[in-house]
Amino acid sequence: MNAPAYNFAYLDEQTKRMIRRAILKAIAIPGYQVPFASREMPMPYGWGTGGVQVTAAILGPQDVLKVIDQGSDDTTNAISIRKFFAKTAGVATTTATIDATVIQTRHRIPETALHENQVLVYQVPIPEPLRFLEPRETETRRMHALAEYGLMHVKLYEDIARFGHIATAYAYPVKVNARYVMDPSPTPKFDNPKMDNSPALQLFGAGREKRIYAIPPYTQVVSLDFEDHPFEPYRFNAPCALCAAENSYLDEIVTDDKGGRMFVCSDTDYCEGRQAAGHHGSLSAAPYKEKAGSHG
Amino acid sequence: MADLDMLENVEPLLVAESLSKSYGRIAACRDVSFSLYPGEVLAIVGESGSGKSTLLQILSGQLTPSAGHVSYRMRDGITRDLTTLGEAERRFLFRTDWGFVHQDPAQGLRMAVSAGANVGERLMAVGWNHYGRIRETASDWLGRVEIDVARIDDAPRTYSGGMRQRLQIARNLVTEPRLVFMDEPTGGLDVSVQARLLDLVRSLVAELHLAVIIVTHDLAVARLLSHRVMVMKDGRVIETGLTDQVLDDPREPYTQLLVSSILPP
Amino acid sequence: MYVAVKGGERAIENAHRLLAHARRGDQSVAEISLDQISEQLGLAVDRVMSEGSLYDRELAALAIKQARGDLIEAIFLVRAFRATLPRFGAGEPVDTGAMRVRRRVSATFKDIPGGQILGPTFDYTHRLLDPALAEGFVPEAPAAAEASTAPTPRVTDILGRDGLIEPSPQAEDGASVGDLTREPLNFPADRDLRLQNLARGDEGFLLAMGYSTQRGYGRNHPFVGEIRFGEVEVELFAEDVGFAVPLGSIELTECQMVNQFKGSATEAPCFTRGYGLAFGQSERKTMSMALVDRALRARELGEEALAPAQDEEFVMSHSDNVQATGFVEHLKLPHYVDFQSELGLLRKLRQEFAKAFAEANTPDAMKEAAE
Repeated sequence: MNAPAYNFAYLDEQTKRMIRRAILKAIAIPGYQVPFASREMPMPYGWGTGGVQVTAAILGPQDVLKVIDQGSDDTTNAISIRKFFAKTAGVATTTATIDATVIQTRHRIPETALHENQVLVYQVPIPEPLRFLEPRETETRRMHALAEYGLMHVKLYEDIARFGHIATAYAYPVKVNARYVMDPSPTPKFDNPKMDNSPALQLFGAGREKRIYAIPPYTQVVSLDFEDHPFEPYRFNAPCALCAAENSYLDEIVTDDKGGRMFVCSDTDYCEGRQAAGHHGSLSAAPYKEKAGSHG
Repeated sequence: MADLDMLENVEPLLVAESLSKSYGRIAACRDVSFSLYPGEVLAIVGESGSGKSTLLQILSGQLTPSAGHVSYRMRDGITRDLTTLGEAERRFLFRTDWGFVHQDPAQGLRMAVSAGANVGERLMAVGWNHYGRIRETASDWLGRVEIDVARIDDAPRTYSGGMRQRLQIARNLVTEPRLVFMDEPTGGLDVSVQARLLDLVRSLVAELHLAVIIVTHDLAVARLLSHRVMVMKDGRVIETGLTDQVLDDPREPYTQLLVSSILPP
Repeated sequence: MYVAVKGGERAIENAHRLLAHARRGDQSVAEISLDQISEQLGLAVDRVMSEGSLYDRELAALAIKQARGDLIEAIFLVRAFRATLPRFGAGEPVDTGAMRVRRRVSATFKDIPGGQILGPTFDYTHRLLDPALAEGFVPEAPAAAEASTAPTPRVTDILGRDGLIEPSPQAEDGASVGDLTREPLNFPADRDLRLQNLARGDEGFLLAMGYSTQRGYGRNHPFVGEIRFGEVEVELFAEDVGFAVPLGSIELTECQMVNQFKGSATEAPCFTRGYGLAFGQSERKTMSMALVDRALRARELGEEALAPAQDEEFVMSHSDNVQATGFVEHLKLPHYVDFQSELGLLRKLRQEFAKAFAEANTPDAMKEAAE
């Protein structure tokens, strides 16, 4: 048997070329889902193959790569992907957002503001924002082509009629460059405003569904809503227990089986940075106890 | 009935010229021509197999004729041949200036979505972005079609047949279309429910100056609603004229047969 | 004091070591060899090659060993490997009519030119567990005879000669064959992409879909026109010598279904077809594939397409078990950030509900409390 020899960043040059063409097309049409011939990768479909293919196609030897999952560098899948690129590309890796040139992420946008020399690569499970309203691909393609988004608004209307609120907490649909409705990937709606007018390039890869889309830098991204029910980002109303941050998205940690809870920054790099700079949360205080009907 | 003298100097809204449709050797529709004016109600009557439903599909742009043309005068005043419209234009037309009322209301409604959303959808599709106003307009329309406004958040799955049909009408009229197609709108409804629906349609047509093309096998419906009637048999129009004249004094033997088979009320 | 969880990297390394240990199992038990897998678990190897879309018995056996017998995991390994291989050409279409058949049966005729050859099959065995196979079993030598040189024409070609069955759909001259691995699937799909999708599709899924057609969900009155299993030559057209060069032979199973006849005003009625093809001896797969292929042609043949097996988007979007397992199993990945936002929304709605409920039920009590 021949031991396989891998190209830089695993993918062969032909494949990278194909993916780059798709990326360029995506950048030229912000928010539009470009079909591409996704390859089988060494990790399963659904586990980030789209993001990995996009990253592999754009990575160069001088890049510095950061990989996060749920905002943390240390979750199992983030580690697995980071090791994959360390092994197949030999690029420098980092956990510091500010030092990275390429950031691959699953389900969060870093709290630290991004700058012009950065590319944010999102892992996307279901790229089609209309998928759960209309399962047929042939029909949703037509709706995008004709900008027929009435069905999306019907869903939002129904939510308000039924719950009094738009009942979408993550993967909250946005309109990009005033033309295409897009799924931002399952980031919490808290992160939506960060996509608007960002200096960084944002690329989205869906491996299993075989779609790539993009938001070029400084592009308008607006969350869908009604004038009288405007979009509101949600965040648990308390400072981070470790670094006292008031404006970061918080993870809820269950500390005991009596309802004990603690709220901590989801973005581990951001939290550690604040702690290193001398900010401290109320860690000495007793963990937050859940009381019925008394949430912030 | 509307005063037809006023229509003399007005351009037709829809013109059909020599429409034909065949499937292999079967001719569903042969050489049909007519003009429809704003505010005019035209009934196409015939038994099953007469070609009337095929004709309706062609007139509403859902089927391409094998021969002939359909032209429509758009809101900007320009008359267009339907086949020259792009898909986007045709779909837009279907959602704004036209209405289509299906015989089975489940086909013309989103059954799992609330009545308010059903009526509001067209508004949202043309850019309405204020929940309160959309809801208010929807409530208003529910009132106009005599549906209890308290049912605005119920899905049509919970409605009776007559209510569903009235909801379908509201959903179609909310964008104030100028032309509405109706395919056996009273089919499958109880007689008393039919009567109520027809009354409603008649008053809405008059109030909104709607042009309507209604397909029906029921001459009583034609008599109640239409100014003009076209009788179809085997794909051809065998008789046409003012409704009262055709139904009171039918010329063709087939029309006489149809008229004489209406059971006396 | 709470410390943010760290050490994911160590945990993964340890998990991998544990996996390797579990894979080997009890070390006093002999290690299984690739030859043993290929020879004695041959049908598993056939399936992994078919759905992995790669003909290499040794690699498929290795994948099965590495996957600890989980065939879908093995198929994934083979597919991932396949994606790294350079491609240097396309073979000539194989001629299954020239197959050196080891098994060949037809249900449509009692006897056929070349004969009904049962070959090695489970079909007529009695499914009684046989303890004699546990150890040291030496099989009897099979019956031997002079190899027949009688031709074995395809049954569908025999029917076709009289015009009784529709001709096998042909591509236009010079049309390129689509490649599912190079272009994303688009609907409606042409026959080439459809068959590629089904050929690598999950056997269990296609079995269920095929079964559903037999039970009335899109019935198409199937008969097995022919199933044949044996070796075919693979050839590559070599530009520099100007003719096709044989590369070797592979084992294939081919199934031709003869289905519900149809005609039209301009064409005399004839039988229709379904087609199935797979590596190795894979009858269940090829029969299911042929049933589903025919079902998916419903619209093309002017039939009402109401059943799940006739729904092209449904069948072809969900037939790939590597994609399916990836997405189903991805639910094991952390989703706590999204869950957190759902929790937030739910708590808010419950709060509002509780408040509305309280106000609706004890208006006086609320008034008192406020005062």
